[in-house]
Amino acid sequence: MKKLLIGNEAVAWGLYHGGLRVISSYPGTPSTEITEFLSKHDDIHTEWAPNEKVACEAAFGASLAGARSACAMKHVGLNVAADPLFTLSYTGVTGGLVICVADDPAMHSSQNEQDSRHYAIAAKVPMLEPSDSAEAYAFAKSAFALSEEYDTPVILRMCTRIAHSQCTVDLGERENTPLKEYVKQPAKYIMMPGYAKVRHPLVEQRTERLKALAEDCAYNRVENHGSKIGIITSGCSYLYVKEVFGDSVSILKIGMPNPLPEKLIRDFAASVEKLYVIEELDPVIENHVRAMGLECTGKSLFSPLGEFSQQTIREAFLREGVRFGDAPEKQGEAPQVPGRPPMMCSGCPHRGMFYTLAKNHITVLGDIGCYTLGAVAPLNALDSTLCMGASVSGIHGFNLARGAETEKKTVAVIGDSTFMHSGMTGLVNIAYNATNSTVIILDNSITGMTGHQQNPTTGYNIKGDPAAKVDLEALCRALGIRRVRVVDPYNLKECEDAVKEELAAEEPSVIISRRPCVLLKYVKPKAPLRVDPEKCRSCKRCMGLGCPSISMKDGKARIDQTLCVGCGVCAQLCPFSAIGEGERK
Amino acid sequence: MKTTSIMIVGVGGQGSLLASKLLGNLLTEEGYDVKVSEVHGMSQRGGSVVTYVRYGDRVYSPIVTEGECDFIISFEKLEGARYAGCLRKGGKIIVNTQQIDPMPVITGAAEYPENVLEELKARGFDIDDFDALTPALEAGSAKSVNIVLMGHFARHSGIPKEKWLAALEKTVPARFLEMNRKAFDLGYGE
Repeated sequence: MKKLLIGNEAVAWGLYHGGLRVISSYPGTPSTEITEFLSKHDDIHTEWAPNEKVACEAAFGASLAGARSACAMKHVGLNVAADPLFTLSYTGVTGGLVICVADDPAMHSSQNEQDSRHYAIAAKVPMLEPSDSAEAYAFAKSAFALSEEYDTPVILRMCTRIAHSQCTVDLGERENTPLKEYVKQPAKYIMMPGYAKVRHPLVEQRTERLKALAEDCAYNRVENHGSKIGIITSGCSYLYVKEVFGDSVSILKIGMPNPLPEKLIRDFAASVEKLYVIEELDPVIENHVRAMGLECTGKSLFSPLGEFSQQTIREAFLREGVRFGDAPEKQGEAPQVPGRPPMMCSGCPHRGMFYTLAKNHITVLGDIGCYTLGAVAPLNALDSTLCMGASVSGIHGFNLARGAETEKKTVAVIGDSTFMHSGMTGLVNIAYNATNSTVIILDNSITGMTGHQQNPTTGYNIKGDPAAKVDLEALCRALGIRRVRVVDPYNLKECEDAVKEELAAEEPSVIISRRPCVLLKYVKPKAPLRVDPEKCRSCKRCMGLGCPSISMKDGKARIDQTLCVGCGVCAQLCPFSAIGEGERK
Repeated sequence: MKTTSIMIVGVGGQGSLLASKLLGNLLTEEGYDVKVSEVHGMSQRGGSVVTYVRYGDRVYSPIVTEGECDFIISFEKLEGARYAGCLRKGGKIIVNTQQIDPMPVITGAAEYPENVLEELKARGFDIDDFDALTPALEAGSAKSVNIVLMGHFARHSGIPKEKWLAALEKTVPARFLEMNRKAFDLGYGE
């Protein structure tokens, strides 16, 4: 059956047809849809774990028990799952285990553009890297057999462009792979020094076997067109090279970036006069080629920053004086226009709390989620965003360094899902090592930024079925915080009172700012508000909210009737009571 | 045949993903090699969104770069201008005259260039501008702006209308089909 699929859906089908039984993941753009698509199948287990380490370990447990298993995450998620990954390399697997990781060159929705290939090298596990959806399907499907045959977890590396691009995929059938028998194998699975010392040499031997496989496998291939120029490339860079050169240059296409095929590379290099390595992000293949003593041109011509395109390739080879087909001719230059950055939605429950913090000139250590948008104008409410959980852990250190000077005017903000992911341990540290820190949990009852995934605080699982629901208030108390209070972020006075009182308190505290994301289906918008132009004195106080519904027209504030959801926050700000529920159309 | 490149651009939440899905389904059905590329994530929060659709005998790259685009289908004036540099010589911009202020305009940090389409025309761009919002509201929802625009584009596509309607039926949920058919017809015109 042929279907037009995004890369992530192709991975999902590949895993499913490869015999997947259990997948545990944490959402993260651009990897989220892999697990979402799989959750439509009822004959396998799919779940959102609280974080990537838990997800990877759940996949490990399922593999140990004999099931083909997987986990999926974005590149920074692999940092969180790195702990199990490195030792999984030693234990190997029983049921095949595939770790899907999606890099984000150009940082479309990430805080860095780290290159996951370093993990495969460091953990000494094989990595597969498809170039399009068709390969994503084929590689994902075959990864389980590779994992089992070589007794190793396999990393499947995606990137934003492949994860979210569609091409036609010819789908096969699901492999019937029975659950393997569980046999207790202490020397394989208990990684204490005595056993681990025995496993490490096996890892090195496995790498040698994988290197031999890399020389002759479906993942790597030479397209020999007898040209003087030879290009070693992988992932989406391959597509851009083909777009520019078609069949006019010889290409060594790498689908398995770890371990690399040394003989194949050496023979390819020998077959051409000039060797180029074209890869996004870090010079991983290039460094390997150079370490083999071969001359090549790579990062001196192609940036380690961002995404490539056919234009990148064209421009680089023009600089090299290399000829190829006609370059495109532009109609003209685009005029300069104002940017359109993403922003918090109309009625976003985070806005009221951020307005309160900005108004009171509070220092705010931020975290990862929609609420990172509190950083942008006009709220400018954030001071830092590092990684998942770093707001809560970070405020403790911040207050340790400056003591009472900052404790009274600094807060950490973190979302409900991010708090579950890695905020809890930071909060334990605040209570245990006693800083007078104030943490605000922005509980919008969903994992928002990645597109509405359930989490342990929502009361529903990945399929939308009722599930155990974490009681955040009770949890914070159990972690050692005595002052825990809940506020409605649509009520500015309540927010202000809570922030002032908890900052003044002589002990750590948690404020739970609770209101569901306005985009959730069950949240019904209220009637849009209107500005009475007679009463509006153009003070622009409402403009300070940064609400996309409010603008100034002819000197008066105006509320867009199609965007406004009637949250009422602006009405509380207006000193002239000019904003109210207008007549419905 | 030469690869045809289309960019669908607009503001997060305007429904450009459904438009690209419709186009992808249609072109696949027509037997072309098709690549579609979209960006999810931050861009959904009212940011600028761009989707690339490319088709032909054999298409490698899923993205469209400067001077390659045959048609820009823009859901909003400013966004049509933002990506105009991608248009190839002789390409066409189909643009909804709707104006959606970006945050820098709302906060007063920047001004919305009111005559942006005139400026594009003065620069020699082939602009097909029309109001897609009014027919969308007539069809039943502002959300059907995407299908009005695709209906309008269909005239330039060289693919018969009935093929488009078949693809539409395949793409949109049954309960919204009638509204979307109406939106498509209004965009297509007589």
